[in-house]
Amino acid sequence: MNNETLIPKIGVVTDIRVDTPDIKTFRVVGLDGKKVFEHIPGQCAMLSIPGVGEAMFSITSSPTLEEYMEFSIKKCGCLTSWLHAMDVGQQITIRGPYGNGFPVDTDFKGKDLLFVAGGVGLAPLHSVINYCRAKRENYGHIRIVYGSRSKDDLLDYQEILNEWMADPNIEVNLTIDREQEGWDGHVGFVPNFVKELNPDVGMTVVLCGPPVMIKFTLAGLKELGFKETQVYTTMELRMKCGVGKCGRCNIGNKYVCKDGPVFRFDQLDELPNEY
Amino acid sequence: MLKISLSKIQDLFAAIAADEALYIPADNAGQPQFMRWQEGLAMTDALNTVRSAKDFFFPQTENLVSFKIQGKSIEIVDPRTETEDFVVFGVRACDVRSFSILDRVFLVDPKDTYYENRRKHGTLVSMACSRPAETCFCHTFGIDAAEPEGDAVCWKTEDSLYIRANTEKGEKLLEKLRPMMEECGDEAVKAQQEKTHEILGKLPLNNFTTEKFDGDVLLKVFNSDKWKSLSEACLGCGTCTFVCPTCQCYDIRDFDTGHGVQRFRCWDSCMYSDFTLMASGNPRTSQLERFRQRFMHKLVYFPANNDGIYGCVGCGRCLSKCPISMNIVKVAKCLEGEL
Repeated sequence: MNNETLIPKIGVVTDIRVDTPDIKTFRVVGLDGKKVFEHIPGQCAMLSIPGVGEAMFSITSSPTLEEYMEFSIKKCGCLTSWLHAMDVGQQITIRGPYGNGFPVDTDFKGKDLLFVAGGVGLAPLHSVINYCRAKRENYGHIRIVYGSRSKDDLLDYQEILNEWMADPNIEVNLTIDREQEGWDGHVGFVPNFVKELNPDVGMTVVLCGPPVMIKFTLAGLKELGFKETQVYTTMELRMKCGVGKCGRCNIGNKYVCKDGPVFRFDQLDELPNEY
Repeated sequence: MLKISLSKIQDLFAAIAADEALYIPADNAGQPQFMRWQEGLAMTDALNTVRSAKDFFFPQTENLVSFKIQGKSIEIVDPRTETEDFVVFGVRACDVRSFSILDRVFLVDPKDTYYENRRKHGTLVSMACSRPAETCFCHTFGIDAAEPEGDAVCWKTEDSLYIRANTEKGEKLLEKLRPMMEECGDEAVKAQQEKTHEILGKLPLNNFTTEKFDGDVLLKVFNSDKWKSLSEACLGCGTCTFVCPTCQCYDIRDFDTGHGVQRFRCWDSCMYSDFTLMASGNPRTSQLERFRQRFMHKLVYFPANNDGIYGCVGCGRCLSKCPISMNIVKVAKCLEGEL
């Protein structure tokens, strides 16, 4: 059954972490206690609860993490509600990895990297960020700009505080949308915050978040002098097969599951605006 | 070339069906469709079946995988048993070509093993057309209705059936039938082909071409303001996608049988509003966008990824079945003016 793309494998949920009021992070291993498969940062997997449904999720953990995979999942529909209702020890099904992933070992190598994320948009970037941290010598300056609705909605907040902000080799800038008690950091929306921070225009940008945040952040970056060829994003569309056949995630002549989900903005310019 | 009298065609069917399942186009209450041959089932004279022959390799529904669930544990079961060999007899030139288009979807890496298994087990015997209809435009895509592809090809005249093998699979089938047939020259076939070509040359869609469409005009065609009037009356019924021999979008869903879960695949349609619906929204909210997706895929996206080959074989089913009489010919002719 090894090359059967539509027949999944069994995954065991070994840990469930409550990240925010609507995001939980699930730790998954195979029946043998090991990772179900290897992946590259930015790739995705099809997770399912049989009888409920199957959907594509970005693999949140870095491939450099050898013991397990993690998925940070926001409760927003039918399957995700079921996933959120699970207990540790529950078996799910998993297949993948799907998609192209970020060019971490090619285009990103030797570059200064600017990660810009909004809300649950940090989930797919989390994998890249920790991969780059693990292979720190391969990259130049690393800067992370992350914002959410409130302090409680910041994904991976403990890890950001204890590891990323404690790491002298990376720069982390956080913001939340509105003033909040117990928050003395920046307040304001991500697009404006990026402009205020005025990052070096030589940086390669990885951008992910809600569509409106992406739109205004990209416009702001362009104002600062960034070109579309420098900015990468990762997309999500409805998917069923994961291998470019079922037709659902088709945009122009591309399939997001197979040709994406990672695109550069200059590549998206050549496609219809149907996402 | 081998030949057999039409009066003995049931013997021919019996000989094929002795070893493998045989499907022929037959009349089903006025609706021609492929049916499993059993003694006495006659082949229809109708030009083509209402539904295409894609079901044989890409069935409307099929079980992909089953799950047995106990407490928190899941057991995964591959429900497939070995597929039997089968022959599809009397497939028209357009429908035969559709399989080389579906192959470009299902047999590219990673291969769809469900489709691949059926392709391996199936032998296609095509039937040349002698009376193409006014809705036919297979020649637009370089298909010769009088000389179809397929593992073996047949020509039916007033009194005889002529057959010739094109592939090894076809040879193997003919080897079995040889004792009951007679060797012959191709004069009768040539004469019929000549007549068919004459009819083809006079068909109303004889000059229809899609050659202005390719990947280079992607955004130009997509952004045309003609889509609004073209799609205005579309009901989103999806009939065009279901009768189309090259439409292959599918859905995967789970069904709780009460003693386990069956995950099945079924045909789906980009014309449906929930096709791209996600918890976070829908990238194609209007029927215009969904209508545009279908024709863009056939005329622009598919050729852009497949050496210029269009996702259409000119079978004409959508021309005769669309309840609002919209179809790929009207769409291409209208948009062509923009290029």
